[in-house]
Amino acid sequence: MSRNLILGTALSSLVLLAALISFVWTPYDHAALNIPDKLQAPDTRHWFGTDHFGRDMFSMIMVGARTSIAVALVAVGIGMALGVPLGLTAAAHKGSWLDEVIMRGNDLVFAFPSLVIAILITAVFGAGALNAIIAIGIFNIPVFARITRGAALTLWEREFILAARVSGKGAARISAEHILPNVANLLIVQGTIQFSLGILAEAGLSYVGLGAQPPTPSWGRMLADAQTMVSFAPHLALIPGLAIIVTVLGLNLLGDGLRDWLDPRIRVARA
Amino acid sequence: MRMRSVRTLASALALGASLLASQALAKSDITIAMQLEPPHLDPTSAAAQAIDSVVYTNIFEGLTRFMGDGSVAPGLAESWEISEDGTVYTFKLRDGVTFHDGTVMDAEDVKFSLDRARAEDSANAQKALFAGIETVEVVDPLTVRLTLAEPNGNLLFNLAWGDAVIVAPESIENIKTNPVGTGAFTFGNWVQGDSITLNRNPEYWGDQPVLETATFKFISDPTAAFAAMMAEDVDVFDNFPAPENLPQFEADPRFQVLVGSTEGETILSTNNQQPPFDDIRVRQALAHAIDRQAIIDGAMFGYGTPIGTHFAPHNPAYVDLTGNSAHDPEKAKALLAEAGLPEGFQTTLHLPPPSYARRGGEIIAAQLAEVGITAEIINVEWAQWLESVFKGKDFGLTIVSHTEPMDIGIYARPDYYFQYDSSDFQAVMAMLNSTTDPAERARLMGEAQRLISNDYVNGYLFQLAKLGVARAGVRGLWENAPTAAIDLSAISWDE
Repeated sequence: MSRNLILGTALSSLVLLAALISFVWTPYDHAALNIPDKLQAPDTRHWFGTDHFGRDMFSMIMVGARTSIAVALVAVGIGMALGVPLGLTAAAHKGSWLDEVIMRGNDLVFAFPSLVIAILITAVFGAGALNAIIAIGIFNIPVFARITRGAALTLWEREFILAARVSGKGAARISAEHILPNVANLLIVQGTIQFSLGILAEAGLSYVGLGAQPPTPSWGRMLADAQTMVSFAPHLALIPGLAIIVTVLGLNLLGDGLRDWLDPRIRVARA
Repeated sequence: MRMRSVRTLASALALGASLLASQALAKSDITIAMQLEPPHLDPTSAAAQAIDSVVYTNIFEGLTRFMGDGSVAPGLAESWEISEDGTVYTFKLRDGVTFHDGTVMDAEDVKFSLDRARAEDSANAQKALFAGIETVEVVDPLTVRLTLAEPNGNLLFNLAWGDAVIVAPESIENIKTNPVGTGAFTFGNWVQGDSITLNRNPEYWGDQPVLETATFKFISDPTAAFAAMMAEDVDVFDNFPAPENLPQFEADPRFQVLVGSTEGETILSTNNQQPPFDDIRVRQALAHAIDRQAIIDGAMFGYGTPIGTHFAPHNPAYVDLTGNSAHDPEKAKALLAEAGLPEGFQTTLHLPPPSYARRGGEIIAAQLAEVGITAEIINVEWAQWLESVFKGKDFGLTIVSHTEPMDIGIYARPDYYFQYDSSDFQAVMAMLNSTTDPAERARLMGEAQRLISNDYVNGYLFQLAKLGVARAGVRGLWENAPTAAIDLSAISWDE
């Protein structure tokens, strides 16, 4: 296992663990205001200090991890659930009108700056975690569709697919039984990268006030709230900022590490 | 020897030149930042406070005017006489006043302005100010007579509003983009989205202002506001949007902080017609669930005065009714149970952009949650707020600061967005409007304050503070905001 993979796994599981533990335990109630205790710097009582309402930042970061992960996970899920079948279909019918329709539709969605459209979607349908999920999810569809189609196309040329075709299997069945398992590695790696982009997108949307609404903590909104107070309470911005960095870095390293680990060519080269 | 005298001469010249330069540098321009940009520049056809901030007394003047301390002083009317029965006001206008386009300001212009404001199809945002006026007559070019249906103790106050300024028929057409008034400053230039520049009016009838030009700059983002002020890109921030930054300005010798009062009653506005808020016990429960001091400390970093009714605490007629709605979650729970809602209920809390609303809303939602009320926070922009909350009345709760002076009269309008309909209150207001005796007026105002407090119409939070920040050398700024105005004629720089 590479260094990337180990470090990536460690950082990602740290965040995941924080999110999971937050379901059963946080040091304080993340939503409990304690105004006389506001803007405390980190100390033994409040490990990450308190925010402008006196809420415990450590608890907020833990629950915020939950929000980030939930939004990004579901968004990537939407992208995979719709994108992968589309990509498989396009590859199976390469060159047909169906392939054209699917891929040009993908190009259309791909051409839009995703965060701008996400802002549009949440502005029209209202701010909130659900709309953020949908907005981020839509832009994951073409990513998965493309990567699936690209990988599937090369597979369709291979002899074992030919064998399957000769034995009378239809395109749909071949896609599900033979193509999909062979592109799964690729999808897992891409999913990890998209997951980290989803976390960033969620933070971005929350930062402009279009993500999860208060009192649900969100890293992006914590950053936005901290903006005018950075000069006298830097921990308000540093801590959610670091949380985002750790998560995104961890997921990217994990993605890189997984790619190296799962790719047989690289594995052979190493050995 | 010769060489030396030349050198002496040269240095003397240099000294002289630098003296001249320093004199020329005695600043005569100023850049004043505001958070909101006016939609246009006609104060007689819109409610936007930003319009008045730019044009009031600077470009446009009324018959009377507000001073920085809130008192009403003569404006374009030099003096006035009131008939015995209080129904006829005869205004003597100042002689030799011209509009910025050179036309003369006379009684015809006053009649035009007032008739336009109170006309059936008038777009004036405060038509109620002119309600009792029956006729406006031109007696001679410098005398105007107003006849009222019944005595109105508020008339001189009403005429001081930005909505009652004197405009000219010659220039009314383009007033929104090219305002032509009688004030000490003329309209210069408007860079949309950035700034408006005004220039000194050399033909002004009164004392010449010290400033030659003034630029109003619009900075909506609190972080950008802080940066602009710290970099001294702007000289004054009329009402600084981030109270949390004030200690930093206070600690910095380059700046002065002016904390004053505004007419902004910040309230948890409640839809009185929407169940369960149509039940007074529920509204009372709301009032007891709220901890005002926590909101002032948490949302405004301590700036603001608690209020118990819709009235400015600095007004002599103010009655302190905060005890009527003291923070008492147990009582709130009991009241909810009594109203048949022991488990609480769900509602919406619409929050416009200012931090008093957004931060205050988060605090209030948490406080309401303690008594079992779930208030779903919905952040809205101002345009959305005006459309859905103010006009559409589609809300449960909202937080807003009502910044018009002496605006308790809105409670006598059953169609106003919080929809309070009380014949008792309407009767008191009608009585107040026709009373001129100051003692009796104060008593009626007290009565009105008690009625809305006892009916728990809205959650009364705090009086918004005016948080002015300026560079140390600026003099003559209004500390308080009796109306939205930035009176440029009083502003100067220290030598």
